[in-house]
Amino acid sequence: MDWGSILNNTLAGFLTPTTIAFALAALGLAMHFGFAGLLNFGIAGFMAIGGYGYAISVLTFGFPWWLGMLVGILGSVIFALILGIPTLRLRGDYLAIATIAAAEIARLLFLTTAFTDVTGSADGLFGFNTRPDGSGFQNSNPIPAGTYGFGPFTYNEQTLWVLLFGVIVLAVAVWFLWALMRSPWGRVIKGIREDEEAVRSLGKNVFAYKLQALVIGGVFGAMGGIVYTAAQNISPGVYVTSLTFFIWTSLLLGGAATIFGPVIGAVIFWVIQAFLSNVLPELATSGILPVSTTQASTLRFVLVGIGLMLLVIYRPQGIFGDKRELTFVK
Amino acid sequence: MKFLLDDKKRSVLRIVLVALLALFGGLSVSAPAVADSVGEEYSATIFGNVKVEGEPVQGVRIIVDGGGYTAETVTDADGRWSIGVPEVRAYNVTLDENTLPEGIAVLEGGATQEVEFGLTDRVAKNFFIGEGERNETSLFDQIVSRFVYGINFGLMLGLAAVGVSLVFGTTGLSNFSHGEMVTFGAVAALIFGVGLQLPLFVAIPIAVALSAGLGWSLDAGLWRPLRKKGLGIVQLMIVSIGLSLTMRYVIQFVIGGGTEQLPGFDAPKMQLFGAVALSSTDLMSMGLSVVVIVAFAYWLLRTKTGKATRAISDNPDLAAASGIDVDRVIRIVWILAAALAGLAGVLWAYFRPGIKWDMGTQILLLIFAAVTLGGLGTAFGALIGALIVGVLVEMSGLIIPADLKYVGALVVLIVVLLVRPQGLLGRKQRIG
Amino acid sequence: MSSSKKPQKTTDIHIGDAVPGCKKKDPMVVIDHVKKSFGGLTAVDVEHLEIPSGVITALIGPNGAGKTTLFNLLTGFDTPDTGNWSFMGTSLSGVPSFKVAQMGQVRTFQLTKALSLLTVTDNMKLGAKGQNGESIFRALFPGFWKKQDEEIEAKAMELLKRFKLDAKKDDFAASLSGGQRKLLEMARALMTDPTLVMLDEPMAGVNPALTQSLLDHVISLKEDGMTVLFVEHDMHMVRHIADWVVVMAEGQVVAEGPPETVMKEQAVIDAYLGAHQETDLGEVTGRINIIKGEGK
Repeated sequence: MDWGSILNNTLAGFLTPTTIAFALAALGLAMHFGFAGLLNFGIAGFMAIGGYGYAISVLTFGFPWWLGMLVGILGSVIFALILGIPTLRLRGDYLAIATIAAAEIARLLFLTTAFTDVTGSADGLFGFNTRPDGSGFQNSNPIPAGTYGFGPFTYNEQTLWVLLFGVIVLAVAVWFLWALMRSPWGRVIKGIREDEEAVRSLGKNVFAYKLQALVIGGVFGAMGGIVYTAAQNISPGVYVTSLTFFIWTSLLLGGAATIFGPVIGAVIFWVIQAFLSNVLPELATSGILPVSTTQASTLRFVLVGIGLMLLVIYRPQGIFGDKRELTFVK
Repeated sequence: MKFLLDDKKRSVLRIVLVALLALFGGLSVSAPAVADSVGEEYSATIFGNVKVEGEPVQGVRIIVDGGGYTAETVTDADGRWSIGVPEVRAYNVTLDENTLPEGIAVLEGGATQEVEFGLTDRVAKNFFIGEGERNETSLFDQIVSRFVYGINFGLMLGLAAVGVSLVFGTTGLSNFSHGEMVTFGAVAALIFGVGLQLPLFVAIPIAVALSAGLGWSLDAGLWRPLRKKGLGIVQLMIVSIGLSLTMRYVIQFVIGGGTEQLPGFDAPKMQLFGAVALSSTDLMSMGLSVVVIVAFAYWLLRTKTGKATRAISDNPDLAAASGIDVDRVIRIVWILAAALAGLAGVLWAYFRPGIKWDMGTQILLLIFAAVTLGGLGTAFGALIGALIVGVLVEMSGLIIPADLKYVGALVVLIVVLLVRPQGLLGRKQRIG
Repeated sequence: MSSSKKPQKTTDIHIGDAVPGCKKKDPMVVIDHVKKSFGGLTAVDVEHLEIPSGVITALIGPNGAGKTTLFNLLTGFDTPDTGNWSFMGTSLSGVPSFKVAQMGQVRTFQLTKALSLLTVTDNMKLGAKGQNGESIFRALFPGFWKKQDEEIEAKAMELLKRFKLDAKKDDFAASLSGGQRKLLEMARALMTDPTLVMLDEPMAGVNPALTQSLLDHVISLKEDGMTVLFVEHDMHMVRHIADWVVVMAEGQVVAEGPPETVMKEQAVIDAYLGAHQETDLGEVTGRINIIKGEGK
């Protein structure tokens, strides 16, 4: 058992582009579900639209990276409007089903061979982060070439640039959410989460607030997809419903109706994933677990599933949440 | 489970059992043969059958190419061939006409034709060869054949959808782990039918019985304690999602990431009428579905427990107040839903064809579409919804690309939720 | 039941005779040919009804008369099948409930909707209209809304003091008793500076000790110039504080008028007690043989 390498890889999971992407998506879901009470099970769809919007803008239309990212965000706003206007009046579990269906439609549209010229279908898209004409994300990298950091937190200048960008975006998102929720707007949202009729009787346009919450959370999700995509290539196989479920797990772990809960939940989720994906195969090869290494890797997802169940049964408020504040807990 | 079986019910039960045995027996008759295959390390497969006037032709060369990958093989003694491909995308399949017998050629579509994958990672490509009596497949024939395949698919979906609807009706739970209950049945049949080499008419009932047992354990070990604990509906839904993840990956743990087959999956398709070609397995599946559905309908309408189920779906408080043992009925509903799902899994394994760890997950949203369309909480609505979804999915292939077949059903799902959320047969109060 | 104040009753409200659908000197709400059916059942079928402004009107009637349905129709929480109705001269047809509230109507609910997961103060502040901070971009920067928020908080404190809830201002509304939540709902409704206050069974489930305080608050609403319409079953309350009474039965208005006279009308007695109110119930059902003798 190579504990040194296991520890090293585990700690690395604290700060990776994937961790930041998850944190952003979980923040978006916190806006949707934690604060506004919207059961959005299609967050993977928002991430896909953000990422593909960015990649397609750069590859097919030749946009510079920052404009491509704005297109990704705009795409998610449009998706939120198309999704929200008809479905926001649906009851909880119906909204859940509608949002999963919408995200699956998005994924299938990115996967189909019909649009392969633009989306790359199953192969996905490559080569949009560094462009020959210098307009790519990595082309704008101000960090000189080299290796930085220490121990498990060692990065080359490309990854470091993505991380820096991601952390800045995350900080802005956290501030945005915090500022909104402590304002009168946030008060209305919390009221809507508990009882829409009461808030309507006080003269507030409940539908408009819910739509705003959906758009904002969707933009956070899209930014998560963009950060993930800026670190590598994009493929539709990532944006499956399992991704949505993992983000829900991160959110519930940290605390659905808190500001820092989703971020910390995402970090803990990834650290645990990093730990398990290193430890379990080693336990298998060294014979302590009587399974093959492929089976050992599958085990970590089994543990996520069990973990989610235990979490929502025994501690639905997560680490930082306040049980009194939750509307979905009886 | 004690309900008084009077003579009438006893004889109906007998007929049902005999019919079921005959159908299970029928499924095991189609003898499996090993096709000449290449590229087995890949998970996606293109396969086919070369015959002239019903007689298999050996030694015909088939080439597949696309996406930078090329492979070829020759047909075996039964005229079968199978080529594994690395990715799910469009490929060109060429039949080398020089390897056909004298005077025989490809009649339609040319020697090189394109094939695209649909819902699954296996696709068949057959060439029409012979001495030239084949008619052009008219649009009408295509519509009819797709309709029939759609009914076949819809019947299978219906078995699974009914369970989802009943569970929702009696407990209010939207069960996201139902897809895994479908996969479970297929995997159980695989273990007993292929792993332990038991004949199919034994393996399949065992698979269904085990699925029923799964339903029992889930209610006893998880759902009832959580109901007693007073968990909210949203919490229960998230628990079902966690359960879905757990079961999915446990299944992957057990059978790995590849695709397995049940015996008889590649039974030859017989020309029935028009462009409709069904194998004996297809016919058995459809027959089995119909028999089981009829038996289920009888149970729901005529037996005491069936009526109690409908009473609870309508009005749980009133049902409990009138002396119905709600917990016991819910237990029965879970057992039944799981058994039906398990059977649906076996049929899905033949339809795809193939057993894969996420096969149930693939159709979960289609099942929800069926249930929503028919009306959440109504069993007959779920059946009708499933048939409509099945036909819609197959028919949409006429207008939209095959790999977007799913999208049609999903769009229907969303539209139904917007326009008439209670579905076709549901009642309006259920929604807001 | 009594309040500590003696309500100053208003008279001279109507024009002509006090009959169902009579015109009022100063109508605030006018309803014409409004019909609402559920399935095959007609819940509301009102030819003409005018609610007078500046006074307290009671809407009474037996269970199933259609009072709450009419209430929901007036406040935009439900839509009628046919009919016109207007508030202060503006038609409310097709207007969603939140817009109706913005126009100056506010309603409370039979099952109190105090937002348990918010504090008492937050509940109150939610009621205030025209808040800058509720618009999404201005919400981000306190500079836009801080001052207004403080003014709103001061107003909330005043109201809370008046309703004797100020000690609880930082508690979650969940920790209040049932009666206190009713008071909170009423206080919160006043934060909207309404013209018409609509109370749906304000006395329901309230313990007797609290009813006096509630009645006083309703009377003071009229003294502050607001119009009040309330649905109630409690006849004492109706007699005590209502200036005008509208009686509904089986979806229609069967009587209107000042409380003292309306209660005595035959139509009202019939509606509540049925046509056999002078006959022993046992005789009506045939279980008891009453021997007809002197005096009966």
